[in-house]
Amino acid sequence: MNNRAGIKGTTFHLDGTQVEGFPVPGARLSEMLREQLGARDVKIGCNAGDCGACTVLIDGDPVCACLTPAQQVDGKRVETLRGLQRDDATAQVLGESFQDHGAAQCGICTPGMLVSAVALLRGTPNPTDVQVQDALGGVLCRCTGYRKIIDAVVGTKPITENTPGNIGDAIRRVDGLGKVSGVEAFGDDVAPPGTLEIFIIRSPYPRAKFTLGDLDAYGAQEGIAAVLTAKDITGKNAFGVIPQFVDQPVFAETETRFRGEAVAAVVGTPEVIGVLDPDTFPVQWTELPPISDVKSAQRPDAKQLHDGRSNNVMCGGFVQRGDAETALAGADVVVEGHFQSGFVEHAYIEPEAGFAEIVDGRVEVHACTQAPVMDLEALEVILGMDRSQIRIVPTGVGGGFGAKLDITVQPYLALAALKTGKPVRLAYSREESMQSSTKRHPSDIQLRIGASKSGEVTGFDFYGEFDTGAYASWGPTVAIRVPVHASGPYKIADYRAESKGIHTNNPPAGAFRGFGVPQSAIAQESLFDVLAEKLGIDALEFRIKNALENGASTVCGQVFSQGVGIKACFESLRSAWVAEREMAAEINAQNSKIKRGVGVAGGWYGCGNTSLPNPSTIKSGVLADGTVILHQGAMDIGQGANTVIAQIFATALGVPVGSVKIVGPDTDVTPDAGKTSASRQTYVSGNAARMSGETLRSLILEKINVAADAKMEFDAGRLIATDTGGSHTIDLASMEQDGDGFIFRAEETYDPPTKPLDANGQGAPYAQFGYAAHLAVVEVDTALGTTKAIKFVAAHDVGKAINPMLVEGQVHGGIAQGLGMALMEEYLPGRTENLHDYLIPTIGDIPPIETIIIEETDAHGPYGAKGLGEHVLIPTAPAILNAIYNAVGVRVTKVPATPSKLRAGIKAGPQ
Amino acid sequence: MYHAPTELNDALRTLSEEGGQVVAGGTDVYPSAKQGKMPTHFLDLTRISGLGGISHHQDSIRIGATATWTDVIKSDLPAAFDALKQAAREVGSVQIQNSGTIAGNLCNASPAADGVPPLLALDASVELTSMTRGSRRCPLSEFITGVRQTTLLPDELLTAILVPPPPVEMGSAFEKLGSRRYLVISISMTAAMVSCDDTGKIEQARIAIGACSPVALRMPLLEASLIGQTPKDVTIDPDLFASLTPIDDVRGSTEFRLDVVVEQCARAVKRAANL
Repeated sequence: MNNRAGIKGTTFHLDGTQVEGFPVPGARLSEMLREQLGARDVKIGCNAGDCGACTVLIDGDPVCACLTPAQQVDGKRVETLRGLQRDDATAQVLGESFQDHGAAQCGICTPGMLVSAVALLRGTPNPTDVQVQDALGGVLCRCTGYRKIIDAVVGTKPITENTPGNIGDAIRRVDGLGKVSGVEAFGDDVAPPGTLEIFIIRSPYPRAKFTLGDLDAYGAQEGIAAVLTAKDITGKNAFGVIPQFVDQPVFAETETRFRGEAVAAVVGTPEVIGVLDPDTFPVQWTELPPISDVKSAQRPDAKQLHDGRSNNVMCGGFVQRGDAETALAGADVVVEGHFQSGFVEHAYIEPEAGFAEIVDGRVEVHACTQAPVMDLEALEVILGMDRSQIRIVPTGVGGGFGAKLDITVQPYLALAALKTGKPVRLAYSREESMQSSTKRHPSDIQLRIGASKSGEVTGFDFYGEFDTGAYASWGPTVAIRVPVHASGPYKIADYRAESKGIHTNNPPAGAFRGFGVPQSAIAQESLFDVLAEKLGIDALEFRIKNALENGASTVCGQVFSQGVGIKACFESLRSAWVAEREMAAEINAQNSKIKRGVGVAGGWYGCGNTSLPNPSTIKSGVLADGTVILHQGAMDIGQGANTVIAQIFATALGVPVGSVKIVGPDTDVTPDAGKTSASRQTYVSGNAARMSGETLRSLILEKINVAADAKMEFDAGRLIATDTGGSHTIDLASMEQDGDGFIFRAEETYDPPTKPLDANGQGAPYAQFGYAAHLAVVEVDTALGTTKAIKFVAAHDVGKAINPMLVEGQVHGGIAQGLGMALMEEYLPGRTENLHDYLIPTIGDIPPIETIIIEETDAHGPYGAKGLGEHVLIPTAPAILNAIYNAVGVRVTKVPATPSKLRAGIKAGPQ
Repeated sequence: MYHAPTELNDALRTLSEEGGQVVAGGTDVYPSAKQGKMPTHFLDLTRISGLGGISHHQDSIRIGATATWTDVIKSDLPAAFDALKQAAREVGSVQIQNSGTIAGNLCNASPAADGVPPLLALDASVELTSMTRGSRRCPLSEFITGVRQTTLLPDELLTAILVPPPPVEMGSAFEKLGSRRYLVISISMTAAMVSCDDTGKIEQARIAIGACSPVALRMPLLEASLIGQTPKDVTIDPDLFASLTPIDDVRGSTEFRLDVVVEQCARAVKRAANL
């Protein structure tokens, strides 16, 4: 810590130790704690008091450190998570409880949650759920759905079991301790204090021409190390996640295509960057008329955003089976609808951030990411460097949900480090994170569905337009996935589904949990209710009747002989469906203003890439000292890959999970386990881990020559295998090591067996699907138009629950995001670029959730397991919308169903 | 410079001589800070002796300039303050309530300031103090003049909120409508204070509505219409809301706000009457 000229010291007690900081006037307490006093456990999510991640205690009271002038703590007592975990018994018990309930997923909100909870428990040792909600209402979490946090604070019985951690065991996360103690390092936590920083100059307009002024003069100012523009790009000024659609520049060159697009970056000292006024940067803007929706984008006179994409159509997707038109013409009942949704922001609490440095002439980038090897491949092109000269070391990831698949901070960090030769760091503000990161595609869907009197779906015609924004990102994936999934998990012989991705001057829409399927599910599952009602058939039984089964063809002509668990999911909801509707009827009979409704919806999701290679490689080995090493390259973004992959591997090897040492993703040392996307890590990387474990086991057994079911133990430098013939010990230290120091090693790759789709979308797009059905109970305040979720029952066919606690965690988190999409979330560029105008659910918005785990084992999955990450939010929004209809007779076709919108529907009267 | 004086006179002198960004809880100062446009001179009021707390006097209840929402929640106050306490519990989160001040909420003059309707109902005034002119009192209804606009002069500090002792028989309630449970900016809000006679009919009523006009408003015609009504069966005449001019924005349409505020008033009146 340096005494800066003219700055008075601020002396206070930080976690029991007297310290002195030297904040500039107006510096935030969070900044002083993190950058001068090493308290990187204080997280920055918004710098506006909207997320609570930076919560600390001042003289015992929780406050947002980002809103507190640093000088205000002079003479006071400040407590942060790290100190509390070290010294405070209440905090220590809570930390254990958080781990036992899976209350920390990505861990970025955990410091704020734990610190707030400690303050509560000091005054209220046995709080109720509501007291916990009131105390923790100021901390946002995007992963957990909050219920496990409430359980952890209240101290309900833990889910975890004290078991070896084989598959099926609900063990704690293997990386949980770092999360509850505040030591896990996220994107902005790795750079040393004082490192050069980057500020990005962004377009204030959705579309604008620009000219840059005298950058040399600007860059010559004291404290500025470099100014970067498109001219500084040593390779190609383009990136994108799909090879045929690499269309996004790192820096726009003459014209920007969306608000927030980068045109330049200033690299400078923290003192200069901290006060840099973007208005002083030499750039002249000429605002141009933007295209802001998919309809105007396709008009003949619309300005074309990209060459070769006429009418701004990026690409489309198509699936056809049978003859939808004829079937609809012959159907006894046909229903149709027009459904719309807006941009949804991922709103992970950790904004994109990272650090880069030059080490031995190579550039090393440490950043939060879902796809380290894709980052490497992108930088190879942008930097024009051989990949051997680039290293990607992922930091902890404070939530991803799809948007951290695309590169964000990485090219700016790498270019700045290379240009200056010095370490650099960059953390997006919440505003620039929201402006520049990808979003869920807005959708505009027309759907017609027919059925016979007996309740069989007989024809299905879907057309959907998706606003992919200014650049492709994962838009093509959405366009292709939607027609494959738009049927829902049902038998539909006569089917036609067409999708289009359309460019506009909106932010790039990309991957977001479900890749377009949550949008199409709203249309399909809403109309299924309309159909059932017209037919006079119970909505749940209608779905069960049409549910896909083993041996039945999907709309892509794919026939699964096993593993189709949707019917079991729906059937598991029957008793709740009956009971909840009875209760709703009772409540409604006694209330005129508050109306309760129950809704149900299903969903399915194909795990892994659609008909494309999608391999994962897992390397493992045994060191001379007996340590079992698992190179686990599957990014854990909070969902639990570190734990699930380790459990699978340990089971295959035949050892307790505690004896496995994980080496995480790092492009220098860990093989590519693919991206954390498409619900593929448990299935694909899980299979690679199983194979790696099995191979390692057989190598060892062969060497010792013991039976296949021998029990193995690793001791200091020794391996002991026991079978019916007795114990056999080998001295590892005396054996030959390979270049990695391994005595035994196994590296295995798994790639799901899929087949290409033909022109009609017929083929085998995925080796496995996972299935889901949700039941939602809501209460609508008819006078105010507000919807309160009362309860969810969520049934998920996961094949085999590798870790039931983590399964529940995914289900809860998905439901919270689905609820947000249904009721409150809408990103409007220029209007909701913060977390107080863009609303995500708080701890008071998520009701109790009952999770039903269905295990219809899958022949391809490791130990029968299926993916789960995206499935969890697909049925949520339509289940809520169906429940709202059930409550008040209003069919909301455009989400979110805000109070304003719903009240207008209620006033207009039942439809 | 960062000034954190301990005496009010020092603060007033600094303000008149050097100006600077006045800060207490920071809950509005920091969220509105723009990159590169942060002030460099600050005047922190939180260490000034006698400026905090809530005190009872003969002619008023005095809420000091640095009293926080939490201070209000924890104070022993008459039932007429229940609306203010309920509003305090709905401001942001516990973190915001622990830092943010009621005085700052008034000076920030947001149309959606949660503190304003309850204080309007309480007939609150503000005490504005300057180095050269001493203190003046201004009714709250005249202090906030528009969106982010007040009559506070550059050399003045809002040193206290003064509430005349409310009738002991009056109860109060606050209704806030938002799109989620916590951390939410009001779509509309209503503060009601009522008392009933021996027959259970309303004999005194005060209503103030926020987030439905540039400045929160008392509703005199509506108040008059409530006299003699029974809270349980209260009817609210939508025609008496003509003074409201709600905006049409992401949180709700104009029509929606005008619609729900009627219901909100009815609920607030009932709760204020302890129903």
